[in-house]
Amino acid sequence: MGSKRTTIYVCMGTSCDARKSRRLQEAFSRALKDKGLHDEIDVSATSCLGYCDEGPNILIEPENLMYHNLNEEDVPFFIEEHFIKGNRLENYILAPGNGELKIPDMTDINFFKHQRLVVLRNRGRLEPDSIDEYIAMDGYAALSKVLEEYTPESIIVEIIDSGLRGRGGAGFPTGRKWQICRNAPGNEKYIVCNADEGDPGAFMDRSILESDPHAVIEGMIIGARAIGANQGFVYIRDEYPLAVQRIKKAIQQAEDYGLLGDHILGSDFSFTLKIVRGAGAFVCGEETALLASIEGKVGRPRQRPPFPVIKGLWRKPTNINNVETWANVPHIIRNGAKWFSNIGTAKSKGTKIFSLVGKVTNTGLVEVPMGITLREVIFDIGAGIPGDKKFKAVQIGGPSGGCLPDKMLDIPIDYDQLVQAGAMMGSGGLIVMDETTCMVDLAKYFTKFLYEESCGKCWSCREGLRRMLEILTKITEGKAKEEDLDTLRDLAEMTKYASMCGLGQTAANPVLSTLKYFEKEYILHVRYKRCPAKVCKALINFYVIPERCTGCMRCVAACPTGAITGPRSEPHNIDQSKCIKCRACYEICKFNAIEDVIVDAIVIK
Amino acid sequence: MEATQLEQIVLENGASRNGIIAMLQEIQSRENYLSEDNLSYLSDRLDIPLIDLYGIASFYKSFSMTPVGDNIIHVCLGTACHVRGAEPILEEIERKLDIKAGETTPDNKFTLKTVNCLGACALGPIVLINGRYFGNTSMQKVTDILQQYGYIAEVAPETT
Amino acid sequence: MIKFKLNGLEVQVEEGTTLLEAAHFYGFPVPTLCYHEGLSNWGGCRLCIVELKQGNQSRIVSSCTYLAQNDLNVFTNSEKVVKIRKTIIETMLATVPTSKIVQDLASKYGVHRVRVAVENKDCLLCGLCTRMCIEQMDGKAIGLVGRGDSLKITTAFDKRSDTCRLCGGCIYICPACQIRCIGPNIEKDGPICNACANLEPPCLDQFENMMCYMDPCVACEIGTEKPVKSKL
Repeated sequence: MGSKRTTIYVCMGTSCDARKSRRLQEAFSRALKDKGLHDEIDVSATSCLGYCDEGPNILIEPENLMYHNLNEEDVPFFIEEHFIKGNRLENYILAPGNGELKIPDMTDINFFKHQRLVVLRNRGRLEPDSIDEYIAMDGYAALSKVLEEYTPESIIVEIIDSGLRGRGGAGFPTGRKWQICRNAPGNEKYIVCNADEGDPGAFMDRSILESDPHAVIEGMIIGARAIGANQGFVYIRDEYPLAVQRIKKAIQQAEDYGLLGDHILGSDFSFTLKIVRGAGAFVCGEETALLASIEGKVGRPRQRPPFPVIKGLWRKPTNINNVETWANVPHIIRNGAKWFSNIGTAKSKGTKIFSLVGKVTNTGLVEVPMGITLREVIFDIGAGIPGDKKFKAVQIGGPSGGCLPDKMLDIPIDYDQLVQAGAMMGSGGLIVMDETTCMVDLAKYFTKFLYEESCGKCWSCREGLRRMLEILTKITEGKAKEEDLDTLRDLAEMTKYASMCGLGQTAANPVLSTLKYFEKEYILHVRYKRCPAKVCKALINFYVIPERCTGCMRCVAACPTGAITGPRSEPHNIDQSKCIKCRACYEICKFNAIEDVIVDAIVIK
Repeated sequence: MEATQLEQIVLENGASRNGIIAMLQEIQSRENYLSEDNLSYLSDRLDIPLIDLYGIASFYKSFSMTPVGDNIIHVCLGTACHVRGAEPILEEIERKLDIKAGETTPDNKFTLKTVNCLGACALGPIVLINGRYFGNTSMQKVTDILQQYGYIAEVAPETT
Repeated sequence: MIKFKLNGLEVQVEEGTTLLEAAHFYGFPVPTLCYHEGLSNWGGCRLCIVELKQGNQSRIVSSCTYLAQNDLNVFTNSEKVVKIRKTIIETMLATVPTSKIVQDLASKYGVHRVRVAVENKDCLLCGLCTRMCIEQMDGKAIGLVGRGDSLKITTAFDKRSDTCRLCGGCIYICPACQIRCIGPNIEKDGPICNACANLEPPCLDQFENMMCYMDPCVACEIGTEKPVKSKL
């Protein structure tokens, strides 16, 4: 937060960081100094702005202007134009999405317009490495309110009244969980923050930890106070180096300010927080496996009951919530349960953060009120499918969630509605797929993922997934018979019902949901040996359509095996014996001249 | 690794079972793999059966029991990267380096690994080499990227 | 004492009793494979699954790891349980067709077809040998290594273990190599044998007695194609 006339916020989320936003920030500082503007204009690092697709992003305040795609080299020119001459550089301004306004304010951009920020309210407005900035934004106000005005019981009542449900998957009411843990026998209790965000395509928790680590810490201190725990753990995924670094620093700062440690803010309450880094195992997102991992064991889930809230870490009552759940807590305390319960639907309160990725125009992080429809998220915020491709499905809830087709897009986002539709809230990954995604291949991808990530203990999970993978592979290779689909269903049923933990019980969802909504595509593979999305290698043959080919040679250059030949300006030819069906030519061709002729004939019929 | 270094790692992590994963992470980050000698030391020091340590080390994906190459390539196979075509890129790297995922080139220059989502899905498909992100990669960019790390491309055969 | 319903029967057991122990105590046969009285309960093979019903909600759990609790409503042979158990046995049979124990289970529970690819592995990864090694023999030599697709049972670094005394406990307890089924000619006849176990009523090894005077015999009916539904 600058005390100067203008502040340039440079996004430092993982995506922008990877696009060298750090060097961009340095370039800004340098250039401002050169022009003698450094007393007037501040440059500040900030947390993820959420619009990851167009990074590196910068936000200029107080104008509320967002620029994107800036290079280091452009900076001096940019400063000259924007700040000295007062010209706005349209090339770099984020387009509003409807093509009308030329100089958009951030709130005019469709991507931001439909969002409702609660947990991410500080995004782009504070430097995540600074506790002072967090405090200036009312940070830790909820904590001092709790320590002065609340008893542990009244904190729990507040959380129960708010209707907050766990944001990690099943949606258990958070307040009730805290209550059970508080009432569990034993003096020593623990709380854990599950930051082992293993769902591929989901990065909500990473972003929260990178953007606003103190909100998570504050939530945890409040939770510890309510439950009666004096020790907490943050179990964080090791693949997120930036998040690990930020939360580490934040804990250090909180300790220095007396917000963690003995006698917090002069009260009789003491609480310490420790970081445990995961070591790369998806199953450790399951709470009993996570606890085993903290105890230094193999992360294998165990039978519940006893539930962790009764017997958890070292057999002591342990309350586990995920990052987003903890980050909601300070806002509920500060604004009151009533405020929170006014957002959302009857049974799902508040907002939910989704990472919107895949074949969607605007990739990024979105926070929306519960009850919004999937269609609004994908088509209004995400601006639909890029190119002139058609929407096919959206995968919600991570690998063990479900794939929903177009006709299910109008259901409101809410824990119970999604389960009814055969998917689940999960932690909040939304992966959009267009017509070029093969649903059988996708089911195979998830099944393989889960098979590799299964701890391997239960026969039903390990072997169920292996055998499903065997059949799915047969289908994608065109070797399956129609009765194999029944076997697939039986195996899915075994996996779903007979496995012990959440991973196994949901591991069949990718197969079951694609079989439910995309059975036709399975039938095409099995009966006609064709893959309409042109993905399954054994079922496709690429040919050049001579009438469409202009002989531009782009595909010749793209082909990794030299299978395409032909002189310039004449139709090319694909040598089928050399073709590895990598789709490079199909995707690079601008004239739709590369097609699988037989597939199209069947699909049209 | 010297016994004194190992002992220091043990002490820094509480010298008990609870810190075992942190100890293994520390050894892994210093030596890039977990050697039998190092695990045996921990086994004796903490009185944990060697097979248990081996079980833990083999369960978690971030540990390696064999030495890795000078450059570690991670190809993200998260869902977002998958639907944007990560597999052909992995296959292309496999072809170029003539190794499979999980293997190291004979000259010890490259180790190829896969990862299930780096959480930077907007950049997909992503290739990560020694901690540096290469976003929006394509099959055509693979050679360029590898060359930055000392890969020498074979001369492409003449096409007619 | 814990009071609950087992196949419709009001039963009571001491606290800490598993559902499997309770079922066996009350004479309800529940098949097991990775379970052994002298070893810790693992819950890996999932053969001992039972259904817990509460109103119109139902859950399936492994009875060997689930402790009896008040007011449970447990069914050891519901339609769902019987169907899933058959799928489990079917996949086991396809994986390890030379295990006599698995062949016997297939006969007993009416598994007459195998719809997945037949392999000829010799390990079910049930973990009996690893538990035998550490819990009974203090061997600490073998263990479960890896996970998911790479899970296997081996020694540390795949080398001969210093702590192994070659006691043979692991071989003794192994359901796949302890007694090998020499019946089926896998290449010719497929993986199902049915040669020896078919003739034996299932109650015989349960009660060491023929129980045929109990007509209809519950235990026998389980061995047939039809699942027992409402008799209990």
